[in-house]
Amino acid sequence: MKRAKIKSIPYEEFKDNETYEKLVEELNAGGANVIVKKLDDLIDWGRSNSLWPLTFATSCCGIEFMAVCAARYDIARFGFEVTRNSPRQADVILVCGTITTKMAPVLRCLYDQMADPKYVVAIGGCSISGGPFNKSYHVLNGVDKIIPVDVYVPGCPPRPESFLYGMMQLQRIVKVENFFGTTNRKEKDPYKVEAEIKEEHIYNQEEQA
Amino acid sequence: MSEDLNKTAQSQQAASATPAAKPAAPAAAKPAAARPATPAAPAKPAVNEMKPKQVEAAKLHDELKRLHDQEGMDFLLSLTGVDREDDGLAVVYQLENTTTLKQAILECVVTDRENPLVPSAADLWNIACTYEREVYDFYGIKFTGHPDMRRLFMREDWVGYPFRKDDETEKNNPLRMTNEPLSDTTTEYVLTEDGKVEAVEHAIFQEDDYVINIGPQHPSTHGVLHFRVALEGERIRKIDPVLGYIHRGVEKISEKMTYPQTLALTDRLDYLGAMQNRHALCMCIEQAMGVEVSDRVQVIRTIMDELQRIDSHILFFSCLCQDLGATTAFLYGFRDREKILDIFEETCGGRLILNYNTIGGVMADIHPNFVKRVKEFIPYMRKNIQEYHDIFTGNVIFQNRSKGVGVLSKEQVISFGCTGGTGRASGWHNDLRKLRPYAAYDRVQFNEVTRTEGDSFARYMIRLDEILESLHIIEQLIDNIPEGNFREKMKPIIKLPVGQFYSEVEGSRGRFGVYIESKGDKSPYRLHYRSTGLPLVAVMDTACKDNMIADLITIGGTVDYVVPDIDR
Ligand code: SF4
Repeated sequence: MKRAKIKSIPYEEFKDNETYEKLVEELNAGGANVIVKKLDDLIDWGRSNSLWPLTFATSCCGIEFMAVCAARYDIARFGFEVTRNSPRQADVILVCGTITTKMAPVLRCLYDQMADPKYVVAIGGCSISGGPFNKSYHVLNGVDKIIPVDVYVPGCPPRPESFLYGMMQLQRIVKVENFFGTTNRKEKDPYKVEAEIKEEHIYNQEEQA
Repeated sequence: MSEDLNKTAQSQQAASATPAAKPAAPAAAKPAAARPATPAAPAKPAVNEMKPKQVEAAKLHDELKRLHDQEGMDFLLSLTGVDREDDGLAVVYQLENTTTLKQAILECVVTDRENPLVPSAADLWNIACTYEREVYDFYGIKFTGHPDMRRLFMREDWVGYPFRKDDETEKNNPLRMTNEPLSDTTTEYVLTEDGKVEAVEHAIFQEDDYVINIGPQHPSTHGVLHFRVALEGERIRKIDPVLGYIHRGVEKISEKMTYPQTLALTDRLDYLGAMQNRHALCMCIEQAMGVEVSDRVQVIRTIMDELQRIDSHILFFSCLCQDLGATTAFLYGFRDREKILDIFEETCGGRLILNYNTIGGVMADIHPNFVKRVKEFIPYMRKNIQEYHDIFTGNVIFQNRSKGVGVLSKEQVISFGCTGGTGRASGWHNDLRKLRPYAAYDRVQFNEVTRTEGDSFARYMIRLDEILESLHIIEQLIDNIPEGNFREKMKPIIKLPVGQFYSEVEGSRGRFGVYIESKGDKSPYRLHYRSTGLPLVAVMDTACKDNMIADLITIGGTVDYVVPDIDR
């Protein structure tokens, strides 16, 4: 089985290798052409080492993200330093901070504006589940309700090391993806599901009217 | 400590000695007087208890006007809405005279829940405009004569008023994934001669305005803030801030939490003032309960507050530089900030969210290394401030972009209630550490840094100078941290006496206050934070008018707001 190698962290030391292996299996289910696979590897090597994040910070976790970008933790060592202000140029959106229900459509819009292949990393308790605010009337309980999430980084806020670890997990995913011919996204897009429900709702309302 | 308490008590007495608080106002005969049963009088009244004067809605505006014009109450400190259920909806006004420091507290209760009307004070204080919109948003109280009665935080298609105790918020408001509607008109409710209310439409922008949107996803708005900006060429005509993208409902969820639980959320409001925010809440609860914390705690809290202030100001410097295109300076700032975070981490266990203060003291005693580390940090930081000046302050581009840009006069900052560095840059002495010293501030020497220019450059310099003052304060305290308990023994269940309590501290960017209304339970009946950032955003329209659009970044950066603190 193909396994991505991350420099300085042995494979066994990563957490949750089961999920990862399942993903790899799914991706390779159809088998692949040898030559195409080699090309894939080359491209993935390049992509995984130059993931460009969108600067998207809504609250406290965003400050930690800034600390990760700064001198001590230096995200540039891994090729993530090119933070983009426009979603059109970004590969990955790091959701740093609480997402409120007012912000949810904006986040979805940003996500839709990003070009494929795109990834989402949910950073901090707030973006995973609503965190300390999950009982609030105005907070979304997890961004995975509206966009598919690739990596979750728990913490409140996560330590800079966890940020980097989360990004490496993402690198591992990118490294095993197929670039030519197939689409990779396996998670269900929660929004699509939601949209169907809404359509039904509107339809019902119209019928009643 | 007792001296400190006395001072607060004096200021409270001073407040109640104002004519505004004359007992037994005739209005008290109204249902307004139907307050919760007379509190079981505690042995000693809490030093931070408020005794608002009851005023009828019909007479409210006259009374406010009298206080504003004749008593010189030029600063509207806070305006809080409260839902008293069967007793109606209340609005609490806290006013202050900025020269004599006298305070007046008024309360107006309306019993009509369907169509509650209170006269607006927007013509007296500029900031009332924003505060009243907040109360309208949360409680549905309409302020008659307010020129712009829109919601402040919620979406315009939000149903109901979330802070009302009987509101079915979740049921009425499923997650809406449609784009947010933003109307171009606003409503004014005008009280006609015969007592009827008429709704009058106003346009927010002129016909020929060219309106662009900045945010909510914009790197220089320091979070998720949305400005609708009307332009004429490159000049700004008007700014309409759209808030609420990070409104987390902290005040409302606190009502369901016990007092110790509410503490956790304060750190997350203004995360660059985490220590001070939590200090304010702890202090409010302690004073209301009549708990005295040890001298050791007071000193530790003071040192921590000052470290936090330095942390915040360094971040301010870094972000401002970054926004203006000086990436190197950003890296310099963060290098030094990490040193403070190391100190915090050793003692508190967290870097950003510290959870250090607690009711009756602090969570843990200081780390054995604390004193040594802080002492190393002081000269280190002094040296580096010079470096900041060398690499950035003298920069010609920066000077041109900040001098004379976004000028605010003293009257303006007071009327908008812009406390903190922004107010001090315009010559307003508003530093609470000087005005009403709390914790250990009465035993240290320091200068209140003020300037008179009121422009972006002054606001920038104020903060760098304040770092030096903070270092000076820490220097005086660090060698004589008194022995004592780091935490008082508290009862397992913390209950506050019945009443209204207010305490405040000088946060990183202004006066941060906590208003608690208690019915004697283990959770607050109403908890309101005086946000330091809301006035700073409200003033943006005035500060940016007739400036270039590119200056919006400089001005926004130098008034230094933190968005989760605005939206709460
Ligand atoms: S997870 Fe914690 S630190 Fe991060 S945004 Fe939420 S409250 Fe703030």
